[in-house]
Amino acid sequence: MSIIPARAMGRPLDRFDGADKVRGLAPYAYEHPVARPAYLSAVRSTIATGQIMGIDCSQASAQPGVLGVLTHLNAPRLGTDDGELRILQSEEVAFRGQFVGAVIAETSEIARHAAGLVRVDYRPRPHDVDLESSREQGRLRVPQQIMPMFPVTVDKGDVESALAAASVRVEHNYRTPWYNHNPIEPHTTIACWNDDQLTLYVSTQYLMGVRSTVAAAFRLDPQQVRVYAPHVGGAFGSKVPVHSDLILAVMAAQLVPGRSVRFALTRHQMFTQTGYRSPTIQRVRLGADAEGRLTAVDHESFEQTSRLGEFAEHATRATPTMYATPHLRIRQQVAALDLPTPSIMRAPGESVGMFALESAMDELAVACGLDPVELRLRNEPVAHPLDGRPFSSRGLAACLREGARRFGWQPRQATTTPSRQDGWLVGTGVAASTYPVLRLPGSKATIRVTPDGRYTVLMAAVDIGTGTRTALTQVAADALRVDLAQVELRLGDTAYPPAAQEGGSAGITSWGATICVGADELRRRIAAEHGGTIPADGLEVTVDMPENPHLEQYAMHAFGAQFAEVRVHGETGEIRVPRQLGVFAVGRVVNPKTARSQLIGGMTMGLSMALHEASLLDPRYGHVINHDLATYHVSSNADVPAVQAHWIAEQDDQLNPVGIKGAGEIGIVGAAAAIANAVHHATGVRVRELPITLDKLLTV
Amino acid sequence: MRPFRYERATDPDGAVALLSRSPQAAFLGGGTNLVDLMKLDVARPDLLIDIRGAVSGVIEELPDGGVRIGAGVSNSDLAAEPLIRERYPVVAQAVLNGASTQLRNVATVGGNLLQRTRCLYFQDITTACNKRQPGSGCSAIDGHNRDLAILGTSPDCIATQPSDLAVALAAVDATVQTVGPDGSRGIPLTELHRLPGSEPQHDNVLAHGELITAVDLPPLAMAARSRYRKIRDRASYAFALVSVAAAIDVADGQVRDVRIALGGVAHKPWRARRAEDLLRGGPATEDRLRRAAEAELAEAQPQSDNAFKIPLARNAIVRTVLDLVEAER
Repeated sequence: MSIIPARAMGRPLDRFDGADKVRGLAPYAYEHPVARPAYLSAVRSTIATGQIMGIDCSQASAQPGVLGVLTHLNAPRLGTDDGELRILQSEEVAFRGQFVGAVIAETSEIARHAAGLVRVDYRPRPHDVDLESSREQGRLRVPQQIMPMFPVTVDKGDVESALAAASVRVEHNYRTPWYNHNPIEPHTTIACWNDDQLTLYVSTQYLMGVRSTVAAAFRLDPQQVRVYAPHVGGAFGSKVPVHSDLILAVMAAQLVPGRSVRFALTRHQMFTQTGYRSPTIQRVRLGADAEGRLTAVDHESFEQTSRLGEFAEHATRATPTMYATPHLRIRQQVAALDLPTPSIMRAPGESVGMFALESAMDELAVACGLDPVELRLRNEPVAHPLDGRPFSSRGLAACLREGARRFGWQPRQATTTPSRQDGWLVGTGVAASTYPVLRLPGSKATIRVTPDGRYTVLMAAVDIGTGTRTALTQVAADALRVDLAQVELRLGDTAYPPAAQEGGSAGITSWGATICVGADELRRRIAAEHGGTIPADGLEVTVDMPENPHLEQYAMHAFGAQFAEVRVHGETGEIRVPRQLGVFAVGRVVNPKTARSQLIGGMTMGLSMALHEASLLDPRYGHVINHDLATYHVSSNADVPAVQAHWIAEQDDQLNPVGIKGAGEIGIVGAAAAIANAVHHATGVRVRELPITLDKLLTV
Repeated sequence: MRPFRYERATDPDGAVALLSRSPQAAFLGGGTNLVDLMKLDVARPDLLIDIRGAVSGVIEELPDGGVRIGAGVSNSDLAAEPLIRERYPVVAQAVLNGASTQLRNVATVGGNLLQRTRCLYFQDITTACNKRQPGSGCSAIDGHNRDLAILGTSPDCIATQPSDLAVALAAVDATVQTVGPDGSRGIPLTELHRLPGSEPQHDNVLAHGELITAVDLPPLAMAARSRYRKIRDRASYAFALVSVAAAIDVADGQVRDVRIALGGVAHKPWRARRAEDLLRGGPATEDRLRRAAEAELAEAQPQSDNAFKIPLARNAIVRTVLDLVEAER
């Protein structure tokens, strides 16, 4: 495969829509101007499991301005098997906070007030929301295969014998809590039925998924559903799948045909209705020889899913890719609980799995008396440790070396004593990052050219705030071999050719590859059919995403190395991270400005994961009780004084015609472990359960 | 959220008269906490009486050398005021350690003192809470209580008072001036908030219709070298796990006088009088500070998740006062 030469690519362009967003001129889904909007407010269950015995809507219905009340008694029957989406289909309640009704009204205030007047009587049943006891009592199952290319069960060699024979062993459990996505823009929808046509403005990462899911649920032809998503205010994965809020909005719109129903989840509801990252309990066992060369790696992960559907946080996914080992064992199990179904969240699997693996590697470095950078270099594989395929490119060693140089890493033995400054204990830590190069099928692109040399690229892709619109235009200009100013990219409308989701760090990868094929085809036709001149009435081509002939032949992964400096107050245990530095190998970088934003954003989210974020489940009630941004802490400005992302030059011709690996997720991977390892270096305390809060470090 | 009426009061007496006639009415200052609680259906006033035009929005020097802060002064203006920064830095530091710039710009001094607890269960109407719904039970005692109280708790409530400003004002012996249906009075700040006992629904001693009009700071020379130390779960805005407001007067190596108040540990700003008494009249050594702090915390009763607050509070007291002593040398 040849990759296209870079002219527009490589330039740190500002987002084309940045100025409009700052000025409030870029309408997000909820803000789209519509005539006579109606407003929706949801009623949610206040029990975890049981039955609705009765619903009294009389007070709500009597409020002036109320247009309708939805319950399971009058909701349309849905044509979907997805348990999470099958709301208002029966009197059954499957988790606390599930939608059990909704009010449509002339204003959002009336809708919210009236929703509070709907009286629901329940017959509760005992609920089970306890992952720890499910694990202890063995109420677990192996999840169905998550992605075929990444097995959930691996047995290579004989791990038990290798561990027994190892000179050095590390065995520990690591725990990560429940996390919620919390993009600033909540999940929002405008839904409007006109005759048999449904129009949706949705905050989504996947327009085609919205169209097909809604069409199936409401038994429509997909052509009856038009989806717009011109601008999206963040997502972190929560907006890849359709959630029940969209179903509720479409149901409500059916009650008031011709009117546009606006629905925005509250921040409380964002903790229940939009998926989340499951807590994990992970056991890692490492065996090594006296020089620190791994002889055995065993990684198990236990997680939760719901009784409505299955989603497994594939925490062990990265482990087979990381280090050379003759013996490898991977297990992945889930417990089905009376809770909402977990879902995709930034680097699903790798983010939490690499916290465990890279913490264990640090523990191994200490046990071997080896510098943790050196330990990783010693365990670099020459080919993929599981199947022996060569890596299309593997930049881990280069990232470790470059990161150590930039950070000023001091190689150390286990005996090195940390420093103390003004009452603060200071330490440094390192961890590796990785993320697979994914290829999401299902994209097409249309490219039009007019005789004045203007090109229009159409795709039902979406920019969720990452700068995709800008970077993908750079790709298109280089694919077409024209100036940036000649190219207009139109996204965010299902009237355009279908596009895969913005997810898996594979948006620009998949869409860009498709555009490259379209550009080739357009040039070929101009040359072959029109003698090299654009015809007077223009020309248009529509192409499919190309196959990658190298897919089976090579293992394709991005890598990185992250370094952190941590200060822990000797008397209060307060933790500060004055410095984070990451170096990444992500193939070509299309737009250094937006790519850097993705990388430092991921690293910041990793810092947040290390020190702050945790959704607190109250098992008696069955829901997350710190469901707002005042009590669910995320790292904010003062917590992130200096975060730097760099990359090494990496040309990889096997990936796709653009030569990119994706940068959206890798930044979060390894960040928490680097910080936890630095905390250990500073204090001697190994925290194996996130978040690392001051009470865990306070010397009594 | 429920429908409500909104009225503006133009003078304290009018505001008090209006509220006294309406059992479900509430005064509105900046609204940064009250409006949130209304959206959550925790607070259900049928009438909001905006008192920003009824109470003073200025800070003035009193004839005795003290300072009077109008209840309508914004938190930002309070923290920026030179009189406060020079004579009572602990007050300015406490304000700047709370909330975000945007909130401080709109939040008022009176409202800050009367903000409600951030106990998770108080703010979630689908759970039991004696403060929100008397007699329903306390979900926090057997639930998530890491942030909650260790001192002065009751079997009915373990909530903490969230205001940083109140902790600093408790340390400098501030007095709250009020106007109510029965006239005006001055309440020492340390007596404004109460312990929960069997009536946790009452955060403070104010009668319905009683309006805070000002806060008076007495002249206190040692307050010029006072300090606020707040320990929280992140560097950015967050409520205190433990905070310490302190001022000390050391002469000839002996503690002549000292003020210590704690936040994040009780249903009210916790004035550490026992520690103060033990420190007066002896040297300000680390060892004496530690013993005084331990004596203050001797009766602390931790909850399942917050035993760490005892050593944290002890260490924070020792460090904050020692830093003051060392700065003075």
